[in-house]
Amino acid sequence: MRRWTGHVGVWLRVALVAALVIGVPGVAPGAGKLKVAFVYVGPVGDAGWTYEHDQGRKYLEAHDPNVTTTAVESVAEGADSERVFTDLARKGYGLIIGTSFGYMDPMLKVAGEFPNVDFVHISGFKRAKNMMTAFGKIEQARYLTGIVAGRTTRTNVIGYVAAHPIPEVVRGIDAFTLGVRSVNPRATVHVVWSNTWYDPAQEKEAADSLLSIGADVLTQHQDSPATVQAAAAAGKFAIGYNSDMSRFGPKAFLTAPVWHWGPMYLYIAKQVEAGTFRGDDLWWGMDRGTVDIAPLGPGVPPATRALVTAKRQAMLAGHLDEFAGPIKDQAGAVRVPAGGTLDHAAQLSLDWFVQGVVGRIPSK
Amino acid sequence: MCVGRRAPSRLAAAAAPIVSVLGALAAGAIVLAASGVNPLAAYGALVSEPFGSAFGWSETLVKAAPLVLTGLAVLLPARMRLWNIGAEGQLQCGAIAAAGVAVFTAAGRSPLAVPSILAAGMAAGAVWCLVPAVLRAVLAVNETITTLLMNYVALLLVDFLIYGPWQDPQGRGFPLSPVLPAPSRLPVLVPGTRIHLGVALALLAVPAVAAILTRTRWGFEIRVIGDNPDAARYAGMDLRRNIILVMAAAGALAGLAGAGEVSAVSGRLQQGLSPGYGYTGIIVAWLARLHPAATVLVAVLLGGLFLGGDALQISLHLPIAIVYMLQGLIFFFVLGGEQLARYGVCFRKRPAAAAEHRA
Repeated sequence: MRRWTGHVGVWLRVALVAALVIGVPGVAPGAGKLKVAFVYVGPVGDAGWTYEHDQGRKYLEAHDPNVTTTAVESVAEGADSERVFTDLARKGYGLIIGTSFGYMDPMLKVAGEFPNVDFVHISGFKRAKNMMTAFGKIEQARYLTGIVAGRTTRTNVIGYVAAHPIPEVVRGIDAFTLGVRSVNPRATVHVVWSNTWYDPAQEKEAADSLLSIGADVLTQHQDSPATVQAAAAAGKFAIGYNSDMSRFGPKAFLTAPVWHWGPMYLYIAKQVEAGTFRGDDLWWGMDRGTVDIAPLGPGVPPATRALVTAKRQAMLAGHLDEFAGPIKDQAGAVRVPAGGTLDHAAQLSLDWFVQGVVGRIPSK
Repeated sequence: MCVGRRAPSRLAAAAAPIVSVLGALAAGAIVLAASGVNPLAAYGALVSEPFGSAFGWSETLVKAAPLVLTGLAVLLPARMRLWNIGAEGQLQCGAIAAAGVAVFTAAGRSPLAVPSILAAGMAAGAVWCLVPAVLRAVLAVNETITTLLMNYVALLLVDFLIYGPWQDPQGRGFPLSPVLPAPSRLPVLVPGTRIHLGVALALLAVPAVAAILTRTRWGFEIRVIGDNPDAARYAGMDLRRNIILVMAAAGALAGLAGAGEVSAVSGRLQQGLSPGYGYTGIIVAWLARLHPAATVLVAVLLGGLFLGGDALQISLHLPIAIVYMLQGLIFFFVLGGEQLARYGVCFRKRPAAAAEHRA
């Protein structure tokens, strides 16, 4: 036994010497190009939140010859993210983009340790000189899809399979409902929380529960197409999220709020290349192409198509604000007076439902 | 069917894992070549990422620490033939208690903060494991099922707290607890790295568990009960008491891992605190053949394997699915090799000659 541990000691020393030798950083391949790394909380897959960020990565690579990119999938927020950010910074990545809110503190810490590396945190609110936050006004697209839902429903019961009770999700529910009620004041939006970002079984169950109370149009906030599939199986209609989910229920699919991160990532990379990157907060809307709605499905009649197209144009021209007052909450109290709007800060910490939503926000 | 080998030779026992890993690497090479990556480059990255730099070594140790503890939390009851599948939940409860004491009590800001939160984490892990332990000891309820199910309850408890009463008031509605105050953060032992006090405690837990098993009366009872419960009962050993004690000790070990992770690594209670350390602990215990000292080696190798996965993604642009496949192949071959080292395969229906050798 002692002899064996003696050997281990020798090998450990050999390994340590080897470690020091190999550990000396070499010249990075593709020197001169900006190395951009993306850190994802889930696998890329073939639809959904992470998939769209990876589409953005590919767009960046295709449109900027001066960058090379890499991606790290399924990085746990609490346990692994700090190591992965540090590792990427050490490996010479000049721009590191993390696409989940739980990366906030680890990224801020690593940004402090690597002042020459620029960081982008999607959906967070902490910034530094070399760390910006970025997001998109997906609520604009939610509002438009709400119009489609409000015009489509016959039962006036619309189901919303909500993800986790955070302001981003609440914002989506409110904007969607405002869109619904703008064309159909008698319709209500029933919310069921799945408490998941990706769990097809649980989300299908939530969708089924909404169908069972008479909902004939469903929408969702999760990455999986389970809600679209559940609606399709029941012969009802569905509005997806993140990606064009039409192939999961071609007849049932009405549209979806979708993300196009490419242009924003290209803009950010150009800032880094030009040395003008700052710890800004980007909050891009439909006018810059970051958010939009998926092509309308065959179930959307021509009159609704025309209406949605007109509203979309008005939004692009800046004439339509999805959070324009008057907005009443569930109790009927006026939260935003006529002529006013829900400002950016209020949107970021939104924790109440508008009139027309049936359901409540847990723990409130 | 499997037939017990008469005497697995020392050579076979030592060679099995090496042959298994080589087999896994050969199978993995096919997968890698099919995805257009030079297998040698991939294996080079797999080794040099965790073990090729001081940074890699330090991060491997940080990753290995909770695996050592959850490995021990599985190993200790397994020596008594109790299957603790609940180290994940015990770890989460340890994290909850540690975060709770750190954020919401005066102890969390006192000079005794670190011992307080560690004790709280161990106590919570032990209590969480006591539920299946008592059910098993008193009502003979299968602990494999109950410890597993308690994991889901623990994860839901974390969710409840971070979406509800423990949500950070400054967190803008995100599901995070407040940050643990500075006195409650485990100190970093090696400046410039993330090697924290929890790593040292995990390494100290190994000789402690080994000493309990081999040098104490309690450890003797554990081993006797594991080998032959009837003989143990006949010898007057208290099975119920031992079940409860062993499971509580296991829960405390996993709870310590949770306290270390929340205090030293994530800094607050949140989702993704553990990417399945409790479940990986089962693999650690098994690959270590239930020997405490071997858990360190296995945990370091597994930790290194996870870090190597980073490099495969970053440098070789392999998708996570290929990384998981490689890691899965290695587990599959090593566990399969273990089986083959102990059992031969016989294709006849009723092997008359081999039957008498059956273990």
